[in-house]
Amino acid sequence: MAYAGIPAVELRSVSRAFGDVRAVDGVNLSILDGEFFTMLGPSGSGKTTCLRMIAGFERPDAGMILLHGQDVSALPPYERSVNTVFQDYALFPHMTVGDNIAYGLMIKKVPVAERQRRVAEMLELVRLQGLERRKPSQLSGGQRQRVALARAIINNPRVLLLDEPLGALDLKLRQQMQLELKAIQQRVGITFVYVTHDQEEALTMSDRLAVFNLGKVEQVGTPAEVYEHPATPFVASFVGISNLVSGEVAQALTGSPAAFSIRPEKIHLAALEACAELDEIAVDGVVRDVIYLGLYTRYLVALDIGVDLVVAQQNLHTSSMDVMAVRGQRVRLIWKREHNQELSASD
Amino acid sequence: MLWMGGVYLGSLATLLLNSFFYLDGFTGLVVRRFTLSTYQQLFTPSNMDIVFRTAGMALAVTLATIILAFPLSYYMSRYASKRQKGLLYLAVLLPLWSSYLVRVYAWKLILAKEGILSWFISHAGAQGLLDALLSNPVIGGSSLSLSPIGIFVVFTYVWLPYMILPIHAALERVPRSLLEASSDLGAKPLQTAWNVILPLSFPGVVAGSIFTFSLTLGDFIVPSVLGNSSFFIGQVVLSHQGTSGNIPLAAAFTMIPIVIMIVYLLIARKLGAFEAL
Repeated sequence: MAYAGIPAVELRSVSRAFGDVRAVDGVNLSILDGEFFTMLGPSGSGKTTCLRMIAGFERPDAGMILLHGQDVSALPPYERSVNTVFQDYALFPHMTVGDNIAYGLMIKKVPVAERQRRVAEMLELVRLQGLERRKPSQLSGGQRQRVALARAIINNPRVLLLDEPLGALDLKLRQQMQLELKAIQQRVGITFVYVTHDQEEALTMSDRLAVFNLGKVEQVGTPAEVYEHPATPFVASFVGISNLVSGEVAQALTGSPAAFSIRPEKIHLAALEACAELDEIAVDGVVRDVIYLGLYTRYLVALDIGVDLVVAQQNLHTSSMDVMAVRGQRVRLIWKREHNQELSASD
Repeated sequence: MLWMGGVYLGSLATLLLNSFFYLDGFTGLVVRRFTLSTYQQLFTPSNMDIVFRTAGMALAVTLATIILAFPLSYYMSRYASKRQKGLLYLAVLLPLWSSYLVRVYAWKLILAKEGILSWFISHAGAQGLLDALLSNPVIGGSSLSLSPIGIFVVFTYVWLPYMILPIHAALERVPRSLLEASSDLGAKPLQTAWNVILPLSFPGVVAGSIFTFSLTLGDFIVPSVLGNSSFFIGQVVLSHQGTSGNIPLAAAFTMIPIVIMIVYLLIARKLGAFEAL
């Protein structure tokens, strides 16, 4: 992927307040051309407001928004070369699927013949052939989603904004659409800016992601970077499950009071007599709870030194009967020091 | 509910039945025998004049209320703050609290030859324009209060709230995201208004126009208080059943607004005005 040149979208210390609430607070972001970029965060973290400012539905109070190097902060939505897929799809209820998809071309006064040709292309891309004459109310949630996508892509935007587009779909359909969206993005080569609160979705789909909290960006990086090296306690706890250790317990484990996080799957659950290598940490505790999840099992271990750690082990050789039997037993937890992720305190 | 329906439909049926009787011109009594002669009487040029005058007025008033109500409702639903919206609501509804008769007579004074409006117009230097309007044989008269223009103004005023409320309700129901989507897809505000807002508020316009159209068709007070000597349907119905006792002809006249409204509703349904209800 070409990471050179001018960023497709750039936010320079952008802020936006609603009343007393600082929804977006001095955000700097640089989104590359052709990249699948995700803005991840809990609700109220400012990610959707950022997206709406890129689209032009909201104006920043301070800062600058650039699309391909051009300052668009003051331009209305209809003068920006971005298109949006809305969370509620926002399909026009009085128009057919075909008319919905052709709306942007109709506004641009593209000749009818060409419009029809491109609508047919789009219907094929999102696999909705034959539904052209239906009304949106006659479609399922997944189909409406595809119409919304086709309606945006047909305009060949340089950047496509997606606001939690899969939020309303059930799990199975959501996973299928995740793969499909990713495939479509690679095929059309448009920059995707994707907003979600679902960390798993963010990790599966994105080239890079930004983690938002309380109107600020906590970390930007590839899914692997963000997952393996969370920069702040918030990122560590929000992206995946993490054990956060600090203070006296950290002192007892590492010899330093600095806070760190450790992923459950990095911890090895061993018998009491097991020995740790030099580069490993070993600590004893009692298994308080066992949650069998099929692919892996999650254990809640109460350490003798006073905190609970979550441990995840793949069920390679164990059955559900085996793992349940561990409940209440004393175990030794062993993990490599290098997996400890030191955290800088986030404000 | 059933009772009310029964009474209502029963009265309508009686009305329909009555319109097929006729008045014996010699005895002045209603003859209860089936005939079409009453309708024959209805379709004479002088009576059709009344019908066309009334329908034309209803149409003009409906169009005027749509043109006036749309921008106001749009402002109320999109731009007004909560406080402004409350005040505007009050302003729209407050006139409905005072008697309709009082308001009509108040307008008669406003529009009278020596009234405040004429005074204002002559001081604004538009006397010539007013005179030109009043000298028009179709809509003119000796003064504003004695001309079809006056009737039109007062009708538009009294029925305006009935147009504002349904249009406002329809506009409120258009989700903001649809307007954003339209703008996002490149439509300028006027294009959004034409392609999205107008079609989606159409049911409200139809609902409002049903009110204004049928209220104007059936009203007899405004044209008798204001206006010149040319009759409207409501007035003829009143005089036929009251003064001359010609109940069959009055019933036949009443059938006209009913038929017009039925046709109107059918057209509206065909245009899809009720699909969103």
